[in-house]
Amino acid sequence: MAACLQHTGYDQERLLHVSDTLPCRVSQAGTLLSLMGEPSQYSYPSIFLYGHRSTGKSHVVSTLLKELELPHATVSCVECVSAGLMFERVLLALFGPDTTSLLPRSPSLSDFVRIYRQQCPQSPANQTRFIVIEKAELLRDMDANLLPVLLRLQELVEDNVTVILLSEIVWDQFRPNTGCFEPLLLHFPDYSKGDLQQILSQDIHPSYSAELYSAFINILLGVFYSVCRDLRELRHLAALNFSKFCEPLKEGKVKESDTHKLWRNIEPHLKKAMQTVYLREVSSVQWEELQMEEKESVALKGLSAHAHVELPYYSKFLLIAAYLASYNPARTDRRFFLKHHGKIRKTNFLKKHEKTSNHLLGPKPFPLDRLLAIFYSVVDSRVAPTASIFSQLIKKWNISFQISSLVTLQLLTQLGHDDQLDAPKYKCAVALDFIRAISRTVNFDIVKYLYDFL
Amino acid sequence: MSTSSVSKGCFVFKPSAKKRKTCDVADYFSRGCDGGDNSRLRYKLCQDLWDAIKADTEKLQEELNRKILDGLLQFIRKCCSTFQHNADDWVSRMRASEIPTAALVLGVNVPDHDMTFQSLCELLQQSVTPHVAFLQAKECGALKNLMQRVLERLMGTAVSVDEEEDEAEQPGGTQPRQKGAHCTLATLCEWYECKIKKSNTPGKKRSSANEDEPQRPPIVIIFKDLEAFNPRVLQDFILICSRYVEQLPLMFVFGIATSPSTIQHMLPHSVSSLLCIELFQSLSCTLHLATVIDTLILTHHFPFKLNGKVLQVLVSIFLYHDFSVRNFIKGLKLALLEHFLSQPLSILCCGKKEMMGNATQLSHQGLESVRQLASFRRYVEQQKPQEQVDLLTNDEHMKIRELHIMCLEGNVWEKEEYQSAMQLLRMLAKEELVKALKRSEDILTPCKSKKMKDVLVQLQQLLDKFEHLDETKTETAANEDTLLEMKETRRTKKMSQFEILRNEALEFMSGLTPKLKTPVAYIPSRSYLAPPETQPLYEVCYYSSSTVLRRHLNATPRTSIQTALSSPYHYLQNDKLLTEDGVSNAAPDICIVHKLHLECGRLINLYDWLEAYATVVSAAEGKDPDSEDYGKAVSELEFLGFIKSTKQKTDHVARLTWGGC
Repeated sequence: MAACLQHTGYDQERLLHVSDTLPCRVSQAGTLLSLMGEPSQYSYPSIFLYGHRSTGKSHVVSTLLKELELPHATVSCVECVSAGLMFERVLLALFGPDTTSLLPRSPSLSDFVRIYRQQCPQSPANQTRFIVIEKAELLRDMDANLLPVLLRLQELVEDNVTVILLSEIVWDQFRPNTGCFEPLLLHFPDYSKGDLQQILSQDIHPSYSAELYSAFINILLGVFYSVCRDLRELRHLAALNFSKFCEPLKEGKVKESDTHKLWRNIEPHLKKAMQTVYLREVSSVQWEELQMEEKESVALKGLSAHAHVELPYYSKFLLIAAYLASYNPARTDRRFFLKHHGKIRKTNFLKKHEKTSNHLLGPKPFPLDRLLAIFYSVVDSRVAPTASIFSQLIKKWNISFQISSLVTLQLLTQLGHDDQLDAPKYKCAVALDFIRAISRTVNFDIVKYLYDFL
Repeated sequence: MSTSSVSKGCFVFKPSAKKRKTCDVADYFSRGCDGGDNSRLRYKLCQDLWDAIKADTEKLQEELNRKILDGLLQFIRKCCSTFQHNADDWVSRMRASEIPTAALVLGVNVPDHDMTFQSLCELLQQSVTPHVAFLQAKECGALKNLMQRVLERLMGTAVSVDEEEDEAEQPGGTQPRQKGAHCTLATLCEWYECKIKKSNTPGKKRSSANEDEPQRPPIVIIFKDLEAFNPRVLQDFILICSRYVEQLPLMFVFGIATSPSTIQHMLPHSVSSLLCIELFQSLSCTLHLATVIDTLILTHHFPFKLNGKVLQVLVSIFLYHDFSVRNFIKGLKLALLEHFLSQPLSILCCGKKEMMGNATQLSHQGLESVRQLASFRRYVEQQKPQEQVDLLTNDEHMKIRELHIMCLEGNVWEKEEYQSAMQLLRMLAKEELVKALKRSEDILTPCKSKKMKDVLVQLQQLLDKFEHLDETKTETAANEDTLLEMKETRRTKKMSQFEILRNEALEFMSGLTPKLKTPVAYIPSRSYLAPPETQPLYEVCYYSSSTVLRRHLNATPRTSIQTALSSPYHYLQNDKLLTEDGVSNAAPDICIVHKLHLECGRLINLYDWLEAYATVVSAAEGKDPDSEDYGKAVSELEFLGFIKSTKQKTDHVARLTWGGC
């Protein structure tokens, strides 16, 4: 590796070690290091690092801070359900466990700043303190003043402290309306294919040669690079599939140098993995078991293969009615559900803007009354007059609790507030395939009733 | 009670223990009974029968759950062992650490899942791990609450969430704040390490007793109703958990009502890639119900039976509305209770020996009611004239006859089950038919009476015959529908038996004229598969009032409220309220207000309404019109959904119902 970190004020040996543990990220680490400056110097108040998932942001920052032994606190926003929790963690990491007891219940920002300033002279540091905040995009959902304060914390606490924000989205999405202190921005680009190859090849299997593993990674990237660039995921996939790759070697059929044969052996297997285990249709444990059993013919059913949902008879019709109400314009109900509607052709009531398919636009909200009207019309035509006992059973009471249970099952969505008096509105939240499967079970030809398919 | 004190003061009188007479359930029962002379006995019979049914149901549920729960436990144990061998082996080091997750698909009726989860929790705590947290969506609105619940359930203590409500519990902050009791997984980690150290210290009784128990028992978190959870909260929780998965052996169980693809809808790939999901599918609920009906109703263990219509009501509620086995059993319980409450002769609805005893002890009144039974009258009419006279006059003679009838009936039940099965079969799957028919054949085998033995022999002959016929039939391909059936099913011996039975059943049901090959089949089924109604004394064991049951199960709250408001006498039974035109002026305020509001249009002027109310109330004796009472009544009416406030006109409310005087 040609590039190497260099900066005055830090131990050269350590920097060398750091650059070894940060393959393909040396230039970013170098920039960050120069932003941080020498340990004793005041640093810039806030630095904003952004880049996609697993591009090494946290890894670079934590390696630098740990290896160079700089005082730092790392918190993840996803864990901090309240700001108080974040303050406590920061104080705990910077000043030790005693300080947290000074924080009052549900501490405010000023409490935090006050205690920080109290503690500062007691444990003076001649090095810059760092506060690393991971998943900083969640800061936007927390208190409105939290982000601006963190950005200029250095001024408030009058200490040599730098806040490093790590985020997957760009700074423009963060900037509050009222304006704030602008942090320094540093972008972490995605790893290139070569980078991935280089990084993944480092995890050599102890009982095989480095060349073989590198060849395996090459084949793996050839299949997966187009769909997945997540380093963590690729490493996971490599671990799951390497044993299969080595199988012909173990059996002595193929030599290590014969990469073509190895490729022929593993490629269909990897393609299968892309459709199953990568999508989590099949769990990794099941995938490993499948490899052990060597039964290629036995196809394991994925999660989405079990799409069938059992519903009570009337719930099915309610769902069908909801689907019709969501995807048909209300004007057309007369044509579909009135017995003597006369002949209305599609062109007659087709308006210009309605030429686009309703299925492309998504479900529209409808009031409860319309749902019930369609439901009774559909069910009445289904239940034969002989089964009068059943029609007695359709009571609004029963129907309305079925609607609410459909809402909890997330097959319907209720819009607006829960006030039942104010004519609640619903949307149907199921797909066409699903509703077709449902209507097939009750012998209802739903396509006939859909405006889009006339 | 009085005091001899002359001074003014307060005196405390404690109610004496004697006066507070506890009114137990049996008293309620006998009060509501028709013909209460033997109500105690009936209550006891009813209780015993219900206890037996309940015990059977629970056993059945346990058996049905066992298969899926065993699979689940095995999965959890396996994951548990992989946690232990957190070995240095290359693959496990390299692969991302996923959280093992069991997706448990249980069907759309969520309330029914309670029992399954309860037994799952118990099993887990008994055999795998003491650390089980059971979560419901309604108590986990935000991540904070979810965290709190998890920690509470696992650590068994209350934890603070840093909220005002906690502040209120500790007034003045006198109590020092507990350290380290924050709602984070870090707290949980510390606690877990503590626990592990404690249980692993040598010299304790526990550790020596169970050596093979895993040293690091997993922490199982059960999400009862996954669909109802806020996806955002769930995602965050999984993200947090995945950060701790190296330190804590975490595991999830997702209870899913719809289909496993919900997981993919709720969680993005970035989150679901943190889980290692394995699927467990439970028995479909229709199959579940079929098993329940088989064990509870189509059996001769319980003397209590439902007639066709009642069964149909229960089954159709299940199929058309809720898919809830629990509700079905509740309906059955209601029917049982109603039966013992309303039928004086239900005293005879018990085991054979007890029945004999009870029958001989029947009073004259009891026998009279036997005579009044419709089925008994019919039976009497079929007997010889002398017998008739005897039966109707001589109590002694009747008792003897009765025993005989009972014995006969006891045997006939088993045949009658055919009838109930038929009704069920129209709605249930093919396999059910096979099962039910085969089962009834099995039941026939241990029968004692001669008549039944004849039937059995005939049936067996019939089966043999049919087998032969069946073979020839396949060759000639004569019958159309059977051919279709044949195509569908494989031609194994078992299946051909199914064919015959199905044919037999179908023929009986449709009442087709017997074809060349079926007369033998037709005759026995016709003569023995008589509907239970034709049997004498069937009322004793069959509950038949489907209307009562339907009224109870398909409640009509709107009608009840209407009745209560328009004729309060119906519920209050106060003679003052009895008038010709429904609501008297002595009725509760809300009834008067309701009556008056019926006379108004869509918008009601509040002042006019008050005036009218005052007029009505002042006409009554000893009552002063009070605008406060009026206001209360109006707001009650609003709460019930009859009116709502409107901004269209000042001082007006809008009516939400139609019609009126």
